[in-house]
Amino acid sequence: MRFFNSLAGRLSQVRRSRLAAPALLMASLLMTGGIVAVITPASATKYSDDADAIAKGRALFLVGCSSCHGKNAEGIQTQGGGQYGPSLVGVGAAAVHFQMETGRMPMANPGVQAPRKTVNYTQDEINFIAAFIAAAGPGPAEPTEAEWSVAGATNEQIVRGGELFRTNCTACHNFAGSGGALPGGKLAPALTGVAEKHIYEAMLTGPQQMPVFSDGVMTPQDKRDVIAYLKSTENSPGYGGASMGALGPVAEGVFVWIVGLGALVGFAVWIAAHTARTKKGSNA
Amino acid sequence: MSAHEPHGNVEVVADPIADPGLAPHLPRPTDVDPAKEKRAERQVATLFGLSAVASILFAVAYFSFAIGEEPDLILGFGASHVTLGLSLGVALLGIGVGAILLARKLMDDHEIVEYRHPAASSEEDRKEAIAALTQGIAESTIGRRPLVRNSMLAGLGLLGVPAVVALADLGPLPGDTLAHTVWGKQKLMRLVQDVSGTPIKPEDIEIGQLINGEPEIFYTEGAHEELDVQAEKAKAAIIVVRMQPDEIKAAQGREDWGVDGILCFSKICTHVGCPISLWEQQTHHLLCPCHQSTFDLADNGRVIFGPAARALPQLPITVDSEGYLAAQSDFTEPVGPSYWERVEK
Repeated sequence: MRFFNSLAGRLSQVRRSRLAAPALLMASLLMTGGIVAVITPASATKYSDDADAIAKGRALFLVGCSSCHGKNAEGIQTQGGGQYGPSLVGVGAAAVHFQMETGRMPMANPGVQAPRKTVNYTQDEINFIAAFIAAAGPGPAEPTEAEWSVAGATNEQIVRGGELFRTNCTACHNFAGSGGALPGGKLAPALTGVAEKHIYEAMLTGPQQMPVFSDGVMTPQDKRDVIAYLKSTENSPGYGGASMGALGPVAEGVFVWIVGLGALVGFAVWIAAHTARTKKGSNA
Repeated sequence: MSAHEPHGNVEVVADPIADPGLAPHLPRPTDVDPAKEKRAERQVATLFGLSAVASILFAVAYFSFAIGEEPDLILGFGASHVTLGLSLGVALLGIGVGAILLARKLMDDHEIVEYRHPAASSEEDRKEAIAALTQGIAESTIGRRPLVRNSMLAGLGLLGVPAVVALADLGPLPGDTLAHTVWGKQKLMRLVQDVSGTPIKPEDIEIGQLINGEPEIFYTEGAHEELDVQAEKAKAAIIVVRMQPDEIKAAQGREDWGVDGILCFSKICTHVGCPISLWEQQTHHLLCPCHQSTFDLADNGRVIFGPAARALPQLPITVDSEGYLAAQSDFTEPVGPSYWERVEK
């Protein structure tokens, strides 16, 4: 007992160091994290054959999605013959991963477009729902990292991606990927800051008004080239100075005419406003 | 007639507010205070000096930073841009503000009155000018030598001919080239993707798909070398879309222009010729980003909004013996914007 007391005494002397408490906290956090990582089963990436996952996905789907998409993902038609929520049979797991991992689905309220927002589902829950939708009908599966990763893309691939991007994407998404307006209050979102995987899934599945760019026509390599181009332009510095969001000539013209020219006119008026006069010594 | 209306004439004061005349001339502080004058002198000299220093800094910056190097050195902007812009800006601003300060604070400050005069010359000058002109005409003898006069008029008049003839360089006239595209150059020309040039099989196209395409001739070695490729490619550009077959309202005679819901349209807007591929897969609307003309591709490319006057031309397509999408014929009408010689069918 005396031994432990003396050990504790010695330790407490060491612990007087100001760094002792944070260091101890750090060490224990790392250890806890390590243990959790070791004992947690590797995140199941392939749920689609798993009956349990499909059942869990169905339960989640009934709560969060079925009010628009129907209890069996068959879609709901309005009385006028329009779509309240489209059928999800055959959209595949890739569509679920895109829509839910970017927060677009479930929609907060009906509207012409589901905007990107905070994701409230865990990755496991999204995987379960994806398994359920994949089981509802054959469709594109979630792309693997090997399919969407653009690490090590060559200059040639980036240049080719640029050609494909300018031919197929710029009409809606703008030449710099800054997004643009569509009719009826819809919009093509900006592509900056979007994960490679989600860009890949969007091309593969054609969410909302976006057309599909299927693998048979735009090959996985084509898609990777487009993503590589987007990432390369996103990461390249603005050699021409402030890009102002690269929204195009109208926005830049408004800025130059209103702010730039306005500042010059204001400055000219200010320096020419008036000359100080004095009554002192006016007889001089 | 109101009862309160005054009777008779009311005397009106001719000049109710007296002309205040010019304000008295007051001196500037720099005119009466030598200390302030010295100070203004130093200010002006400082600004001119600052401009001189900035000009030298411009030269230094020009040779120190190459464009494209260190592209985010200064507040995330390129070192070359920022230093060149700032130094030249300060150099110009220094001279400008210095000159204004000089004029307002130090230059002579007396007021001058300058009266306006009529713009015309004096009667005398005008008479003299007309007399000189009349004398010149008489002395040239043109008036009594019709041969000289007429030949001179002919020479001067025909100088217009070279100017008019040179206008032919704006040509040649397009003839009927606007009415045809390379799709008619060979039978069953394949549809290929733009950029990659790969042919397209119907089974690879999904519902809601969009393909930006071109005729195969531009991707075949030896087939397009004698063509004006840029012009022909611009006219022949197409978009291929696929929708549910039961959503398509094909016009009479166009029932067999598609393949299982796959339709092909010209990519060139019929308004002023912008390439369009802003395709909404759920509404089947194609929007031109230039002037918002909107075409319904499920309804034969009909214009549903915007300034375009004609439907988007449709290219009749089929499947060739190897299963690839191919054109049945050329477009059946001229693609792109209207023009004078265009014949409406």
